[in-house]
Amino acid sequence: MTILQFFLWSLIKVIVVTVVMLLSVAYTVLLERKLVGRIQNRWGPSRVGPFGLLQPLVDGAKSFLKEDIIPSGVYRPLYLLAPIIALSCALISIAVVPFGAPSVTGPGNFVFFQISDVNIGLLVILGITSIGVYGIALAGWSSNNKYSLLGSLRSSAQLISYELALGLSLVGVVLRAGSLNLREIVESQSRHGIVTWNLFGGFQFVAFFIYLMAAYAETNRSPFDLPEAESELTAGYHTEYSSMKFAMFFMAEYANMITVGCVATMLFLGGWTSPFGNLIPMPQNIFFQALLPIFWFVLKVLSFLFLYVWVRGTLPRFRYDQLMNFGWVYLMPLAILNILATSLWLAYK
Amino acid sequence: MHLIVFLVFAAFCLTGAVNLLLQTHPINSALSLIVVMTSLAVLYLLLGAEFLAAAQVIVYAGAIMVLFTFVVMLLNAGREERTRGSRSAMGVGFPAVVVLLALTTTVVLHIQGLGATAMQEGITSTQELSQVLFTKLLLPFEVTSVLILIAILGAVTLARPADAEKTVSK
Amino acid sequence: MNPFVQALQQGVPLSLYLLLSAVLFALGVVGFLIKRNLITVFMSIELMLNAVNLSFVTFAHQWHAVKGQIFVFFVMMVAAAEAAVGLAIIIAVFRARATLAVDRIDLMKL
Repeated sequence: MTILQFFLWSLIKVIVVTVVMLLSVAYTVLLERKLVGRIQNRWGPSRVGPFGLLQPLVDGAKSFLKEDIIPSGVYRPLYLLAPIIALSCALISIAVVPFGAPSVTGPGNFVFFQISDVNIGLLVILGITSIGVYGIALAGWSSNNKYSLLGSLRSSAQLISYELALGLSLVGVVLRAGSLNLREIVESQSRHGIVTWNLFGGFQFVAFFIYLMAAYAETNRSPFDLPEAESELTAGYHTEYSSMKFAMFFMAEYANMITVGCVATMLFLGGWTSPFGNLIPMPQNIFFQALLPIFWFVLKVLSFLFLYVWVRGTLPRFRYDQLMNFGWVYLMPLAILNILATSLWLAYK
Repeated sequence: MHLIVFLVFAAFCLTGAVNLLLQTHPINSALSLIVVMTSLAVLYLLLGAEFLAAAQVIVYAGAIMVLFTFVVMLLNAGREERTRGSRSAMGVGFPAVVVLLALTTTVVLHIQGLGATAMQEGITSTQELSQVLFTKLLLPFEVTSVLILIAILGAVTLARPADAEKTVSK
Repeated sequence: MNPFVQALQQGVPLSLYLLLSAVLFALGVVGFLIKRNLITVFMSIELMLNAVNLSFVTFAHQWHAVKGQIFVFFVMMVAAAEAAVGLAIIIAVFRARATLAVDRIDLMKL
């Protein structure tokens, strides 16, 4: 396959994944509103379209048509750059995520279900998460507003603190798989179905727990959503943003949620492999062989998102000093102990 | 192909570095430096050092520059001014740097046997890197972790406000 | 045939990487000498360190020596430690002098 053909096919993959990702972001918002509504014993949005399914489209149209107000005292270049950084970092990390089975390939070993299969896929995701901090930091500072600055500083400090716990909790998985390549990590969990998933057979339940909490803090979601709590900080770092730029921050948050869910399913829940393993034989039809792993992957990501929304609807939020204390004093040492335990277990196996 | 990618990202590096010098507000200089660092990460990838490229993004662009950005945002010192000191520094600085650059360029262009690099060759896997790091160079690795611990202690002590000791000792 | 043109046909000549590293280092030195804000001076130091890292990786690629890349790793760690302490010092200086202009912090006397 020539370079030009490779570029064209990759471009098609990128376009498909981006469109699917943006639609998922929109419908994750709807999922959350309906689920939180049901937890609070009310219907969520249910008027627009059947079961409220057209609500995200209507919300998108509303965002586009709102007046775009830019306050006069802001530092314009960074004010305009910050939501772009936030949204692009949220969307870029999906490029190394494998959605489906790599055994279904196109001509010339072209991988259909992963945009780029790099040997350091996990580190790419961690790196892009680190860069995403700039979106929030620059948004708060450039807004020239004390509430925004405080909110963005708190949020950035929270993000960089929990990045540590996030990264350390993933080291146990990497130790077991022996590689940083996301495809190989998933394949190392696929021998016997649900029993060999890293969550159960790999004994990484502590790491999963740590990852879960660090992920909630990384995406600024309840119970760690102090930086955007309305009663505390009048919407924190996105106080001065309106219409499309605010929508970009909003989309970035939900896109981060989906990415974190994808990473969790790949590393802990077995990715695209079915929980039944080899008990149910793979159908011979190539079409099913391609679609069934994607179906399992989407199911697992959806269950992770369901957990996210469930926690948001149920738990109260942390106070800021409790939040920082929790991340540094409890989560990080626990993650280091997990690495120690995992390496001892692997050494004596 | 390789040459095009190299030229694009080398251009980004140089633009970022020159922009760091031309900007008056330190936050713009910080953002230019982030551009330089991520372009350098891509250049490391071209040279086959994939773990270092990831480490460059995670450590340098994602942590060290966040520190710089925080300090610029918190101190909020504002734009630079032209002073007498800056004019005399420019008078000495530019010629000195031109001499330095001429020297290094001459040395570089006279090195024999450098060869070239192509897309397919020599990707250093993380496994190779860690095999040397954790067996032959284990002592420097451990010393580095102690160094970082000392740096944390030093930074916390230096940046604490002076009257915090009175409330702590109670 | 000119060795540079020969190397150019095989890929990217490594001397281009070294030239880029030299130019970045020189720009870092210029920044260190002419900038008047303490934080920008510090950032020029980081630029110099990055330029040196690029040289190390280039030579590690030429000699297929992993130790070159490990040295870059160590340089990154030391730079991180140095940045933390340096920025803490800058914060302390700002507290004492209420300015970050290099021309006004150049005497020990307040």
